[in-house]
Amino acid sequence: MAYKIEAQGLDAAGLGRQIQAHPGPVEVVGCLGQRFIGAGMQRKKIRVTGIPGNALGAYLNGGEIEVCANAQDAVGDTMNDGTIVIHGDVGDTVGYAMRGGEIYVEGSAGYRAGVHMKEYQDKVPVMVIGGRAGSFLGEYQAGGVILVLGLTGSGPIAGNFPCAGMHGGKVLLRCRPEELLFPGQVTALPASAQDLDAVRPYLEEFCRRFGKDLSVILNAPFTLAVPDSRNPYRQMYVAN
Amino acid sequence: MGQWEVYPEFEVVRSSARCTKCLGCVAQCANGVHQYDGAQLTCDSAKCVDCHRCVAMCPARALKIVKADCALRENSNWDSQTIKEIFKQAQSGGVLLSSMGTPKPYPVYWDKLLLNASQVTNPSIDPLREPMETRVCLGKKPGRPQRGPDGRFTCELPPQLKLAMPMLFSAMSYGSVSYNAHEALARAAEELGVYYNTGEGGLHEDFYAYSPNTIVQVASGRFGVHEGYLNAGAAIEIKMGQGAKPGIGGHLPGTKVGADISRTRMIPEGSDAISPAPHHDIYSIEDLRQLVYSLKQSTHHKKPIIVKVAAVHNIAAIASGIARSGADIIAIDGFRGGTGAAPTRIRDNVGIPIELALAAVDQRLRDEGIRNQVGIIAGGSIRSSADVAKAIALGADAVYIATAALLALGCHLCRTCQTGMCNWGIATQRPELVARLDPKEGAKRLVNLMTAWNHEIMEMLGGMGINSIEALRGNRLMLRGIGLTAKELEILGVAHAGE
Repeated sequence: MAYKIEAQGLDAAGLGRQIQAHPGPVEVVGCLGQRFIGAGMQRKKIRVTGIPGNALGAYLNGGEIEVCANAQDAVGDTMNDGTIVIHGDVGDTVGYAMRGGEIYVEGSAGYRAGVHMKEYQDKVPVMVIGGRAGSFLGEYQAGGVILVLGLTGSGPIAGNFPCAGMHGGKVLLRCRPEELLFPGQVTALPASAQDLDAVRPYLEEFCRRFGKDLSVILNAPFTLAVPDSRNPYRQMYVAN
Repeated sequence: MGQWEVYPEFEVVRSSARCTKCLGCVAQCANGVHQYDGAQLTCDSAKCVDCHRCVAMCPARALKIVKADCALRENSNWDSQTIKEIFKQAQSGGVLLSSMGTPKPYPVYWDKLLLNASQVTNPSIDPLREPMETRVCLGKKPGRPQRGPDGRFTCELPPQLKLAMPMLFSAMSYGSVSYNAHEALARAAEELGVYYNTGEGGLHEDFYAYSPNTIVQVASGRFGVHEGYLNAGAAIEIKMGQGAKPGIGGHLPGTKVGADISRTRMIPEGSDAISPAPHHDIYSIEDLRQLVYSLKQSTHHKKPIIVKVAAVHNIAAIASGIARSGADIIAIDGFRGGTGAAPTRIRDNVGIPIELALAAVDQRLRDEGIRNQVGIIAGGSIRSSADVAKAIALGADAVYIATAALLALGCHLCRTCQTGMCNWGIATQRPELVARLDPKEGAKRLVNLMTAWNHEIMEMLGGMGINSIEALRGNRLMLRGIGLTAKELEILGVAHAGE
């Protein structure tokens, strides 16, 4: 059984101390915007009801955070490992510079989802957004996998300037390539069966977490966006 | 020469009478200036960067490098550097990229400030025979003494950085400088009781041993940042800006990201390491506060958080915001500060001098009654112990030193770090060049330099009749301006010499 922490009346630091004090799984109830929940955490499971504040799971290094509501900005900032599951929408810069671990969002994400996401050796971060993403999706992306499924919401599946400055990793969107305008250094083509096979485990995990039907998700065209070069600025400078 | 070439800036002159053809120069020059065809030694001066490695290493003292006297027609508006830059851009279409601090003749206010000394009253103190305190604690200080229920003072302070002398080595990433340069800085910081700074390149696994003397940096690219890294540092520095390139991000080309750099930055080999210009989650002081507190929370409120900014036009208001963001220390980097590579136009035209920025910040924080809430580190071309003393009198708690530290390691300021061909083993990742810098010897030279400066600071303090660095901080009565306008004196908060 998870140890229950009543968040009401606690500030971010106080809540953090209580979470840290319990080695086993904890359930934070009545959360009212407390920031930094699980920041720098190494292991254990946190379940949050109520609304958590910004920077949930920043520098997360293991374990799992599950939020039964919307989350705010900077979820999983500089995350290195572990899992974050959001049963709702997330704010801006979800997964900023994340290097490892997995983020599953049932709903939509704000601006700059996955900005400067990177990968290193066996660390390949994954972010699955069930709904839509705001502008600058995957900006400066240097590694990892971003999936946007467009299952909820309306309008384009991602906002303006997807993959601006991208120089590594891949973005898969459940739409046709011509539905979005990509920058010059990115190649966006219809995803092949192999492309989808490579991310199938993440889609299965998404379906398991949120009770979705994989066959429905796969019954639509996907676009794969990858950068043309890992060295986008090679020709830009002259020594002076 | 060809139609689009300009005569080289330097000429390598070899004395054939002295040269023994030992071929040491051929081996020493990574730029390929010296060549031997089996019979004759030749020099290609066009490749020379004037780093003086061959001059220093020639056992026969047969080499010298002189400024070429083949000059373009002089013109004080269109000087030869400006003309050559246009040629380069017309040829390449590239953005001009330079290294180290700006060479432009902007005013150096340190040289227009004079220190005081005691005469007759308030006698001077001899630091050789009397106690003299140069230790500094950097961090938040309580606004007033706190007492517990029993009436006794409570001495619990927020986390502090304790420095044996008011100087730290400023951020230089592993990548911009070599492994051996980092090791020398780390060793010296440990021996001196000060700190060195990882920059934004992560912390090499070998250097966790020096973590009590390490400041770890978090920049917009978050390279090598993880929970273990954050907890390893004695303090965490958020890099918002750098004096040499305010408003500009960093870019380590993939060619410099070899196996070891890749491991430390935690990015794939050969991939560009791009630090975006902004932190994409910071649009306001409130957002900065969020990053400050996320770092505090992740390190259990045990580490002071430094926010480093470039000195720019509204620096006083910016610093006030940083002080209110919860940061423990503000580092201000003036526009003459060094860099491994920066766009020339940015380096030479953006930002303001550290002296004016520092004086404005210290005054503003005092006016607002929040000076005690932050420590201030000033950087951006601190060249001597006199600069240190003047910076402290203008309001700094301590100073950041980088260019002077690199000079101690052998840098000859040839300002071509961006090529990665540093013959002194500092700004390079080529193993055969890195091996030229002995980290132990380098550390010894750094310790020598800092110890000498600290002694000079004590002598200057003693001369002023002051026996602790704390009593000099913000003590602008100890400064006088020379040859400055009324406005400059007003901003610096000092009287003119003779007043």
